[in-house]
Amino acid sequence: MGGANFWAILGSRLLQGLLVVFLVVSIVFLVSRGARDPVEYLTTDETTEEEKQLLREQLGLSGPLAEQYGRFLLDAVQLDLGNSFISDRPAMDEVAGRSVKTLQLGLAALIFSLVLGLPLGIIAALRRASPTDWFARLLAVLGQATPNFWLGLMLIFFFSVQLGWLPTGGSGSFKHIILPTVTLGLLSCAAAMRLTRSGMIDVMGTDFVRTARAKGLRESTIISRHALRHALLPVATILGIQVGRLIAGSVIVEQVFAWPGVGRLMLHTITVGDFPVLLAGILVISAAIVIANILVDLSYPIIDPRIRAGAR
Amino acid sequence: MAAQAAAQEPLFAERGARWRISWQRALLLTPSVLILTLFFIAGVFADLLSAYDPEKIVLIERLTPPALQEGGSWAHPLGTDNLGRDILSRVMYGARVSLLVVAICIPSSALIGTLAGLIAGWRLGWWDKILMRLVDIQLALPAILFALLIAVVFGASLRNVILIIIVFTWSSYARLVRADVLSLREQEYVIAAQSSGASDKRILFRHIFPNLLNTIVIMATLEVPQVILIEAALSFLNIGVAPGTPSWGAMISEGRNFMTIAWWPIWMPGIAILLVSLTGNLMGDWLRDVLDPRLRNVR
Repeated sequence: MGGANFWAILGSRLLQGLLVVFLVVSIVFLVSRGARDPVEYLTTDETTEEEKQLLREQLGLSGPLAEQYGRFLLDAVQLDLGNSFISDRPAMDEVAGRSVKTLQLGLAALIFSLVLGLPLGIIAALRRASPTDWFARLLAVLGQATPNFWLGLMLIFFFSVQLGWLPTGGSGSFKHIILPTVTLGLLSCAAAMRLTRSGMIDVMGTDFVRTARAKGLRESTIISRHALRHALLPVATILGIQVGRLIAGSVIVEQVFAWPGVGRLMLHTITVGDFPVLLAGILVISAAIVIANILVDLSYPIIDPRIRAGAR
Repeated sequence: MAAQAAAQEPLFAERGARWRISWQRALLLTPSVLILTLFFIAGVFADLLSAYDPEKIVLIERLTPPALQEGGSWAHPLGTDNLGRDILSRVMYGARVSLLVVAICIPSSALIGTLAGLIAGWRLGWWDKILMRLVDIQLALPAILFALLIAVVFGASLRNVILIIIVFTWSSYARLVRADVLSLREQEYVIAAQSSGASDKRILFRHIFPNLLNTIVIMATLEVPQVILIEAALSFLNIGVAPGTPSWGAMISEGRNFMTIAWWPIWMPGIAILLVSLTGNLMGDWLRDVLDPRLRNVR
């Protein structure tokens, strides 16, 4: 694999990603501005037409849609998405503060899902039909089928209301993040577990594992040096999709647990019609998903030397 | 090893042999089929089977516990909610909403996704590029946020929910179909058909489409619980069905405020969602194992 090749691929992926982010933000811009006058959200029936017009000019909502869109794009290129209609602070600042919170929750959920999912998948595969295997498979099926908002409420019901161990919502301490993490991470955990298990089962039946056994290697060496690397490939493949899912899931989980992240901010901004902040949030979210996918794609050759990025 | 095993198998497997299931599978599948049938009947015949109008408010009977709990009565087997509405009737009408969403969304998104995948995988070039970018856009824009935006701008309605679900689910079919077409187009019988002058339409529908059917059926089955979960999530956030309409997600959202004093208003619809989605997943897994085990990692 030539170094130049790698950079060329990275460049083209980044360009594609940029295009996707641009399109996503444009779609949201046009839907939010085109369908209804944003001023309608901010005013009451008693507001006079002069006042509305004044407000439009203050907020940069005057002129035809194409002109607004052009102005928006020029500013957006410089990462200036205007000021919040409500607080008048720069929209990007509003989102930046909340992004950290969502990042915390997302990372915690990802770590939770891998720390629980991978070992469980490995053990389940090595001891098929054992109680661990049954537990793992039950967890996988349930994790896939349980709606996350309901799971969140159930956890609040048991651990906060009945037992009083953990807070019902909000953020601030380590205790606050436990329930949202479990709620958000369970689906990813189930997916990671299932893929690890099936990957391990496949790989333990291959010739190279038999060869490793025949050489008299210890079972732990076979698993850690030969089998695991192979079995984790499908897990890496879905990691990119999982990041998107975690971000999408965080919208609901943040709402259930009153976690002050971007998702909750987005729900709020949409209902009050604070479109600059909405667009800033959408920009950050879509960029995060796109970057995560590029990173996962680029990491394949590292995990699996057989795949050369150039061959794709 | 594998070659040996293959050689021992009869050349023509007995028709239907692969549909035979182990007893463990049967243990899971029998209740699944029963539960799904039950929900299907409950949804379709909700107006005939339910004893109460699901939207009728009877404040004097509010938060009546389920029959088996102290204070409950068989008049309301699953109890009543905070406005005294019968929960069993609401769960049945909720099943109807879910069924409706499934019945419209699954065929539509399967059709759109299959056509898009066929065109992209066969024509390649610009068609393919445009399709893949559309898929990327969808992956980068959380459905819930877009749904909320649509709900605020155009109003919350079941029709909008259905449209949004279709917009956000067709691409999973398109991706799989495209991948299949990419490999099928290299097959000798396809090349043979091409060189004998068959039209694109003929090749796609006579030679390629039949080979995609398994993939599409498996995907559609696995999408059923997904679609139900999305509808429930949207209704939970009050951006789904109109307020007051019995939908499982909306029931949970309403019951949430009374969670500390009454458990049943959020448990009953929650269990309904869980059961349907669980059994739907089990059915999908089984179909996949029977029809096409290599699809094991699609989600």
